[in-house]
This record gives sequence, C-alpha cells and structure tokens, in this order.
Amino acid sequence: MNFTNFGRYVLLLKSVFRKPEKLKIYLKEIAKQMDYVGVGSVGLIAIISTFIGAVMTLQIAFQLVSDFIPKTIIGSVNRDSSILELSPTISAIVLAGKIGSAISSEIGSMRVTEQIDALEIMGINAPGYLILPKIISGITMVPMLVIISMFLSITGGYIGGSISGAVTPAEYLQGITTDFNPYTIVVALVKAFVFGFIITSVPAYEGFYVRGGALEVSMASTRAVVISCISILVCDYLVTQLLL
Amino acid sequence: MIEIKDIYKSFSGNDVLQGISGKFEEGVTNLIIGGSGSGKTTLLKCMVGLHQPDSGSVLYDGRDFTPMTYEQRIEIRKEIGMLFQGSALFDSMTVEENIMFPLNMFTEQTRSEKIDRINFCLERVNLAGKNKLFPAELSGGMKKRVGIARAISMNPKYLFCDEPNSGLDPKTSIVIDELIKELTEEYKTTTIVVTHDMNSVMGIGDYILFLHEGKKFWEGSNKEIAHTDIKELNDFVFASRFMKAAKDKF
Repeated sequence: MNFTNFGRYVLLLKSVFRKPEKLKIYLKEIAKQMDYVGVGSVGLIAIISTFIGAVMTLQIAFQLVSDFIPKTIIGSVNRDSSILELSPTISAIVLAGKIGSAISSEIGSMRVTEQIDALEIMGINAPGYLILPKIISGITMVPMLVIISMFLSITGGYIGGSISGAVTPAEYLQGITTDFNPYTIVVALVKAFVFGFIITSVPAYEGFYVRGGALEVSMASTRAVVISCISILVCDYLVTQLLL
Repeated sequence: MIEIKDIYKSFSGNDVLQGISGKFEEGVTNLIIGGSGSGKTTLLKCMVGLHQPDSGSVLYDGRDFTPMTYEQRIEIRKEIGMLFQGSALFDSMTVEENIMFPLNMFTEQTRSEKIDRINFCLERVNLAGKNKLFPAELSGGMKKRVGIARAISMNPKYLFCDEPNSGLDPKTSIVIDELIKELTEEYKTTTIVVTHDMNSVMGIGDYILFLHEGKKFWEGSNKEIAHTDIKELNDFVFASRFMKAAKDKF
C-alpha cells in the first residue's frame, strides 16, 4: 500500500464513519456480519487453536531436555505464548484469509456490477452501509474468537501433553496456573482489536476501489489478504513494543 | 427539468466531455445518443454525481448540483431513480427486498404500506407475483423491469436510464422503451436515457442530444433526426444496412 493508497484508505474510512441513514438497518446488518465473522469462524479457530496448543507443548518439551528445568515450565511457556502471540496472530492471519477474501470479493463484485453506484444514486452512504457493519463485527468478534482460541490452545496443550506423555496433567496444570500475569490478556485483546480492524477495513478498501471485471476482483482479493497479513505482523510488533 | 451547462470532463489528460450543454424537459423522454466512447455514459455519471465534472454545472430545477456538499446532494438523490445498464440489482436480496430497500432507508412506512407499494411497482412493470425471486432467477428483460420498479418505488422526479436495451432482444427492448415512455408521461418525470439503440431513438426520442468524440454535434427530436446533413450523425443513424435501406426507400 503506497502513500496514495494510504491516503485513499484514510478518506474511505472517513466516509465509513459518517452518520448512518437509518440506525435500525445498520444494526441488522451488523448482527448479520457478527454472525458471519464470529459464529461462522468458531469451528475453524477451534481446530487450529487446539492443534497449535498441542504441537506447542510437544515442541517445548522437546527443547527442554535439561533435568534442571521443571516440566511445569512447559505449561507456563505454552500459556504465555498462546495468550500473547499465537492466539491473536495466528487467528488473525487465518481470519484474514477467510473473512478478508470474502469481504474483498463481495464488495468488489458489487462495484463491478454497479451495485455500489446504485446505492450512491439512492442517496445511501455506500462506504458506511457496506463497510461499517463489517468493521464493527471485526473489532468485536475477533477479540471474542481470540479468547476462545486462547482457551482452546491451552487446552490443546494439555491434551497433547497428556496423550504423548511429554508432560503429566498435574505438571501442566501447575505450570499454567503459576505466575500468571493477567496483563497478558489485555495485550492480547488490544492486538485482537487492532487485527479485527485490519482484516475488515483493508479488504473492504481493496474491494471498494476495484475497476474492471472478475479478474480484477480476484486480484484485489489476493492483494487484500497479502496486505492484511503484512499489516497484522507489523502491528503485532508495534503493539508488543508499546505494551510490553 | 434538468439543465447542463458547459460540462467538461477529462481522465488522465484525455478529454472525454468538451463543453456539453442541454436542457431536458419533464414529461418527455430525453435521449443522449452517440457511438461507443462518445462520452454519453460519462455525461450521465457527471449528471448524477458519480463523476465530478472538471467544470460546468448541472441544474435540477434550478438547483446547482455540482458545488453541493455530500449532505446537500443526498436530498436531490432521493428524487432520482436510475436504471443501470446491468440492472445493478442487489443479488443477495429478493425482488421484493430490492424494491423495498430505498423504502426502508428513507421512509417511515409500515411493512404493509411498503408491500402495497412494491406490489404496485411490480404490477406497473408487469412482474406481479415475482416478489420472492432472486435476481439470478430472472431473465435479462425481467431484471431491467425490476430495476425500473426499484427506480420508481420512491416516486422519483428524475429518472435516468443507462443503456436500458443492452443485451435484450428487439421485442423486449421495445417493451422496456414503451414502459419508460409511459412512466415518464404518467408521472411527469424528467427522464434521460443514454442509448445507442436506433429503435429507441426512433421510438421514444422526444428530445435527442447527439454526442460525438465528447462534443455535442446535434440536438432535436426523432422526427428531425433522419433529415439532417451532419455527416457524423448520419454515419451513426444510418450505420446499419436496415436503416440505410429504410432511408433509400423513403
């Protein structure tokens, strides 16, 4: 995203946050988007998080070969890694692929078939009507998905450790309950909020300014996912630097 | 009435519109005609505010649309109905929801009032009972008619149609043309149709503005169009063998 695009992105966001024509219709649309972004992604996030937690436990156990290090550390490392990094970032990257491409394709198709022009002609603020509900659903539902992901990732670690014998359930439970800093949850939720904004607004921008036909829509969709993923990683670093 | 004054528009140094002026009266079907790339769709988009002209003005019953703010334009846009070339129906919504959409956004009508209005509009375009169909289940001509129904649902003062006959068979084209003309006369709308279809030109062109390479070359009615000595216009009007043969015969 070069400076011209960034400027257009900011101007688009300015239009997105204009006063809605009719709040009731926007609320209905927000509920629909929350269902799609949130409820529709729970299964995917659950599978990914559980397996990542399980794999993390095995890998930490593999690396901790010294007898001087208690095995309880496996639980605490898995807990902090899941909360601070894996759950927010991996979830966001996966959601950027699933939701980001869908948002970009949907809005891009509406653009090339003149549906966005039709909204504008009717006197409806097209960016507001099409993008605002998606952004609100992103910044509310992604943190919720990340909370689910944290829980399942830690649970996945428990299951993986128990099945493989890498760590006993008692050691794992002791590890995840020792020296827990609740502030890590705050950091994770801030990240989730920022990522939720990125994975909805960037694809919406890419779709909104598509010109051409089906090929350009698919290219915009790919670009949206790539830019979203890079933005997530950059913001991940910035938020971590700022808050930790 | 809509009046355009000296409209200029260029894209990346390419002058698409060069000083177009014209007056479009209410209750008559106004046509903007011209070959592909002549600037007619750009002119239409400048008129409805989808493009901002580089200079010139668009007056809706004396109200200058061009310098208006976003909020001021909304008031005029509520008086505009538009039929798009590809119909531009919202494909996630049924026919009924498409027509109800502007009613939901801008009126405080009850659901039964809205349904009555939808049924009236659908009957008006001969699509009664098609409320629950999705756009994907409609033919091209039916989509255009739903587009018209949606455009008239808010009782517009100004009706714009961008190539309403494109992709339609000649018989369906005539049905759409006649429908546009009937609605214009019935509701006294200021109707502007962008087309390059000669059947439409001869059939419903009460006032015709001919564009060629971004300039206005001629204006008049369908009764006058066949009797001009403007080469560019004659090349356009009599481009087909059928029209040439018709001219030679009469």
